[in-house]
Amino acid sequence: MSILVTPNTKVLVQGITGSFGARHAQLSLDYGTHIVAGVTPGKGGQFFEHAGVKVPIFDTVAEAVRQTGATASAVFVPPPFAGDAILEGADAGLDLVVAITEGIPVNDMVKVKRALEGKATRLIGPNCPGLVTPGEGPDSHGGCRIGISPGYIHKKGNIGVVSRSGTLTYEAVWQLTCRGVGQSTCVGIGGDPVNGTSHLDVIKLFNADPETHGIIMIGEIGGSAEEEAAEWIAQHCKKPVAGFIAGTTAPPGRRMGHAGAIVSGGKGTAEAKIAAFKAAGIGVASTPSEMAETLLKMM
Amino acid sequence: MNIHEYQAKELLAQCGVPIQLGIACQSLDEVRPAAEKIFASGASRVVVKSQIHAGGRGKGSFKSGFQGGVKLAATCEDALAFAGQMLGQVLVTKQTGSEGRKVGTLLLTAGAHIKKEFYLAVLLDRANSRPLIMASTEGGMDIEEVAEKTPEKIFKEWIDPAVGIMPYQARKISAALGLRGDLIALGAKLISGVYKTWWENDATMVEINPLCVIEAADGKEALLALDGKISLDDNALYRHKNIQAMRDLNEEAPLEIEASKFNLNYIKLDGSIACLVNGAGLAMATMDIIQHFGGNPANFLDVGGGASKEQVTAAFKIILMDPHVKGILVNIFGGIMDCNVIATGIVAAVKETGLTLPLVVRLEGNNVVAGQKTLAESGLTLITGTSMADAAQKVVKAVAA
Repeated sequence: MSILVTPNTKVLVQGITGSFGARHAQLSLDYGTHIVAGVTPGKGGQFFEHAGVKVPIFDTVAEAVRQTGATASAVFVPPPFAGDAILEGADAGLDLVVAITEGIPVNDMVKVKRALEGKATRLIGPNCPGLVTPGEGPDSHGGCRIGISPGYIHKKGNIGVVSRSGTLTYEAVWQLTCRGVGQSTCVGIGGDPVNGTSHLDVIKLFNADPETHGIIMIGEIGGSAEEEAAEWIAQHCKKPVAGFIAGTTAPPGRRMGHAGAIVSGGKGTAEAKIAAFKAAGIGVASTPSEMAETLLKMM
Repeated sequence: MNIHEYQAKELLAQCGVPIQLGIACQSLDEVRPAAEKIFASGASRVVVKSQIHAGGRGKGSFKSGFQGGVKLAATCEDALAFAGQMLGQVLVTKQTGSEGRKVGTLLLTAGAHIKKEFYLAVLLDRANSRPLIMASTEGGMDIEEVAEKTPEKIFKEWIDPAVGIMPYQARKISAALGLRGDLIALGAKLISGVYKTWWENDATMVEINPLCVIEAADGKEALLALDGKISLDDNALYRHKNIQAMRDLNEEAPLEIEASKFNLNYIKLDGSIACLVNGAGLAMATMDIIQHFGGNPANFLDVGGGASKEQVTAAFKIILMDPHVKGILVNIFGGIMDCNVIATGIVAAVKETGLTLPLVVRLEGNNVVAGQKTLAESGLTLITGTSMADAAQKVVKAVAA
């Protein structure tokens, strides 16, 4: 098993005709992911063609879901319209909406998150690399790739990875794969201050997944999501967890690239998060080069 | 993005928050007429306030030796004399660092007869993704200190974004501040206005410190936002043309302005090892690992997921404008990005800038073999790192040598 998506998940792409969405729809198709539909208002009836595959394009998500049975979506819609696109996915009854878009106004996400309360749809992101459940083929081909992660760095296996940062996720995944250790699912939850799925949400899913035997959790400065996850892990998690927190050297009050990566009012420091990890029995990698090593030593 | 007090007050006033008569002056010529106008309105004092994006102005000192970035003037002559000591001078406060900030604008306001001071702020509570109003009777104080030592003196009210602030919530906060009688309704109106300022302008924080009970000219008590600080969400600036116009480039580091022209995310730090990385998380982690091995990062620099040759060249140029840089670490995890494209960009940039400092490159990911070959055959004297740890150790060593 895996969490959130399996190699059989049917995926649609919102914003498939934009250059960013198109490129990554192609890469997902190359990876063997079932991209079954695209959505671009006004282009319904057209097709997105790549390497002999014809993906139908629909005007609305509801129609795409009705016609293709898609259950998950990747949102590549530009920031001013992304909040609307996320809620359209939820309205269409998707199980999972993965918002890749970077730069969505925070208040738009405050409204989106409020509107999603009580709905069955899970949002991942925004401003995230998406998620990958590796497949069994060469270079993990045949898996489910939603978003912008490089598929080939993965390997099917039993480690779950959750992180706010894209490239730091790739770093951890690659460290595992190079040691011959595969992953169940790798989830990038995004670097914005308001996001759909937290570290803790993903940790709970990994804890319940019989195929996940160990977890790497990567955090960064800002907010207190890592501390909340650590507290839960200390009490409930049955599996070894190793982690890394980025931003020990970040100056207070400055946003470090990610909109959410900021130490403000003395809150959200790397020191506090590392202390919470240690107190929860999470193995802390002292450098980002040792994320995989730290977990493997615990297993 | 941050804006000045006088700009923040403009936005607050637009949402019905009571502020004093205030006039912003960019030159000395404007000071006398501004002061005259404020005295003519019935004020007995004029406050001359330096406008910089940093707190602690009142207790700050100018590099010229002049003490205090906020002064109370009893006459127009006094106001003019203070202005002469402040405008164009560099003010150092506990928040500016030793380099200080040049004062380009002064805000002249009417002095107020203050009876009580409160603290009021609206911000995003990340833990539950809702707006949060924080109020405290400990006005004019460092609120972080209040939160630390006397958390019971901070009152919190969360707002449901689907409903917005309800009048009862604003009254509740007024009551928590100890306001009574007519002041409850005035407080509720002011608090609703501050919330509206936050929401409608896409602010990340609006802070009124102090919010004051004053004795008005008619002898009655009234409320006033004596100071105002607003930070805005950069992601939402596209829909606020009026706020875009408030950007003050004098408040930003020149290298950061330069970097933003190339869509590079650059933040200058104090160390000697520059880094050039793709991805914000990896860029932070690269700074951390440099420090872990005994070095000091000179900057945060995220070239993004799809950096072009032009961006890499621009990034090198910006890094090299920092005179403290003694070595460079390039750390690229090319997931989708082709490592060979990056390698070609690095070679071009090094040749174009005539780089002589030690350069350590760690490339990993897509098409990495071709990328390493490009670097090896370039004839450049660069050092290759096999992992992040290896690269960080090598650059720290090279800089120490």
